[in-house]
Amino acid sequence: MDPILLSRLQFALTTIYHWLFVPLTLGLGWFVAFMQTRFYQTRDETWRKMTKFWGKLFLINFAIGVVTGIVQEFQFGMNWSEYSRYVGDIFGAPLAIEALLAFFMESTFLGVWIFGEGRIPEKVHLASIWLVAIGSNLSAVWILIANGWMQHPVGYIINESTGRAELVDFLALITNEKAWVFVWHTLADGLAMASFLILAISAYHLVRKQNMAFFKRSFQMGALAGLIASTLVFLGGHTMGQFMYESQPMKLAALEAIWETEQPASFSLLTIGDLSGKREVWSIRIPYVMSSLACNDFSCEVRGVHEIQMQYEQQYGPGDYIPLMVVTYWTFRIMMAFGFIMMGASAWFLYATRKKNYEKAKWMKYVPIGALTLPYLANASGWILTEMGRQPWIVFGLLKVEDAVSPNLTTVDLLISLIGYTAVYGSLAAAMVYLMKKYAIAGPDAALHESVDAAPGRVGAQD
Amino acid sequence: MSYEFLQTLWFILIAVLWIGFFFLEGFDFGVGMLLPFMGRKDEERRAVINTIGSVWDGNEVWLLTAGGATFAAFPHWYATMFSGFYLALFLVLIGLILRGIAFEYRSKDSNPKWRRTFDWMIAVGSFLPSLLLGAAFANLARGVPINQDMMYTGNLFTLLNPYGLIGGMTMVSVFLLHGANFLTLKLEGKLRDRVREASKKLYIAAAVMVVLLAATTYVYTDITTKIGIDPGIIPIASVVILLSTILFINRKMEGWAFISTGVRFVLTQVAFFTLMFPRVMISSTNPEWSLTISNASSSQYTLTVMSIVALIFVPVVLAYQGWSYYMFRKRISTDKKSLVY
Repeated sequence: MDPILLSRLQFALTTIYHWLFVPLTLGLGWFVAFMQTRFYQTRDETWRKMTKFWGKLFLINFAIGVVTGIVQEFQFGMNWSEYSRYVGDIFGAPLAIEALLAFFMESTFLGVWIFGEGRIPEKVHLASIWLVAIGSNLSAVWILIANGWMQHPVGYIINESTGRAELVDFLALITNEKAWVFVWHTLADGLAMASFLILAISAYHLVRKQNMAFFKRSFQMGALAGLIASTLVFLGGHTMGQFMYESQPMKLAALEAIWETEQPASFSLLTIGDLSGKREVWSIRIPYVMSSLACNDFSCEVRGVHEIQMQYEQQYGPGDYIPLMVVTYWTFRIMMAFGFIMMGASAWFLYATRKKNYEKAKWMKYVPIGALTLPYLANASGWILTEMGRQPWIVFGLLKVEDAVSPNLTTVDLLISLIGYTAVYGSLAAAMVYLMKKYAIAGPDAALHESVDAAPGRVGAQD
Repeated sequence: MSYEFLQTLWFILIAVLWIGFFFLEGFDFGVGMLLPFMGRKDEERRAVINTIGSVWDGNEVWLLTAGGATFAAFPHWYATMFSGFYLALFLVLIGLILRGIAFEYRSKDSNPKWRRTFDWMIAVGSFLPSLLLGAAFANLARGVPINQDMMYTGNLFTLLNPYGLIGGMTMVSVFLLHGANFLTLKLEGKLRDRVREASKKLYIAAAVMVVLLAATTYVYTDITTKIGIDPGIIPIASVVILLSTILFINRKMEGWAFISTGVRFVLTQVAFFTLMFPRVMISSTNPEWSLTISNASSSQYTLTVMSIVALIFVPVVLAYQGWSYYMFRKRISTDKKSLVY
């Protein structure tokens, strides 16, 4: 098998997997910090229970994000050594800063938070969970600055004598607008994912009439935060599309399946391509909409894949510059459709909570729990879209994926690691889902008593 | 600041990160490997895990930061070493994943089988990185096959030569001793006595391995041409300190015993990086093709920016990490009510 393909598969596997867990860490951290703050202010016992219960789920999820993150830090050098040589000057800086500023902060204060309760002053304990939330989100900011540079390189020159990209403007690197739209979109997405987890678990207990006050408050919080967050995700995504119009027109055309340049451009409701994914067979389109989405103007021109391909051939030499359209097209649609459903669903949940006995409604049994799949699928689709849409480039316009892999790795090396990661990651997911489910179902009282002898019920009976 | 100065500064800074990692995560690894052997009852095993519960994650970040700093400051070093030592590092990563998850999940279910599985994951996950990082460092000192394009041309078995294996086993044995010293410092009662007895045996193993490594260093590395027969004050001091460790153990001076194994890491690493300087990866194919701080480094601009960032934030990190150790300085008992993990 082709080593490039194997390295790409491995990167896709490890990165998508890592990002199934991290957004929840990013979002749930804010919730737990807020809950603990409310308890500190009001002394209301429900807030304390909420901190403990949601905090427990936060920790179970957090661990997976941490351990799979180590792989992320190392695999650039391991699998993409030529990439690392070429961009280390620029890409390495935000990565090192991420470790120094964010990883130390989140890991140290997480230890303080877990072990500090009752041992350190309450104020310090409260501050530590805020530092964990800030630290983990800060780490997302730095890695997105690094990724933003791969999508839209700024602040660099190509050194003719070494053939490598070199940083000349650090300020440009960290104020890259593309990166900050990513940050906005991604951090809001984390909050949305956490909201939907809270909604799903709360609905589960409300239907069973357990801990009503506790879960009603949680449900309401989840609905409100979910609505705000998914709206922010949408606005961020929309802004991202407009950036793409200027900086990555090929990705924009590919996610919309626009083969020929259109003015004004229509929005595709459904497009079927041929098997090569490079020719349109049939489509239903709404006129004008794409133009207005891409550039706030009903009549602007949106360039098609074929025209951009011709331009890139002149600019970068012969080659195939069209991403795998069937992937970009469908991941975009899944992400966007699910995003809209999340907005609608959280608005509906919020509206429903105005009624007193909303937990008796039939939909409470299925809808919130079913909706939990939406942020996960939307999130994975978004990342597949943004990374696959940049193909064949690893750094847009500068370095192609095929020139970025480690040349010394053999198929056997890569098969060993790919199979190894798959097996280990699979078992981790099984253990994680088992624990999450157990603690989510056991409810707040079990979370309070874990680690002491008097633990009720199934959870940690011998703890 | 001149380019040469910055390159030297970053060589030193990365050395400091590795030293921090070996000092701190060294005892975490040792504690992890000792876990199934020291804790006989479940509370005892939990107490052992709780001694490092609040700090292991922060300690591991020293490794991540060393990796990140190498990427930013010496991209060629990062690229050649990480792709060259591919399968070894893959096993290090698998080890780190297994133990990290196990710390967090181990006590969250009361099924004895579940707990036993995770206990062994902690032990194996601590053993693999210790062995392989030890082997990797020995091979860095010995030199590895690198061609004129800075590309590693060996494979996993190239690293498993006698000197590499001695390096790996030395690392395992000194981590075990360091971990045992940490445990006697943090535990109490019967459990502490048991660890102290074990540390006396571990001391013999560590002492034998350290002497063996020192002797073979004269055979396998270019120390005689670079430094001479007399290795200088630092390696000798490191041996003297190793001799003092057993006195501290026997006199139950737990804090001093722990400090002595820790300081020994500092000295050995200083000796290692002195031997390497100014090279970062020695080519055994042709010394001319070695990676050095000048041909492997980032641009002067990047090094300047990173120096400013490091100057501001390294002291901050040291301050709060130190504070977190101070906060949890008390001994850990096997009383279930006080156990967290």
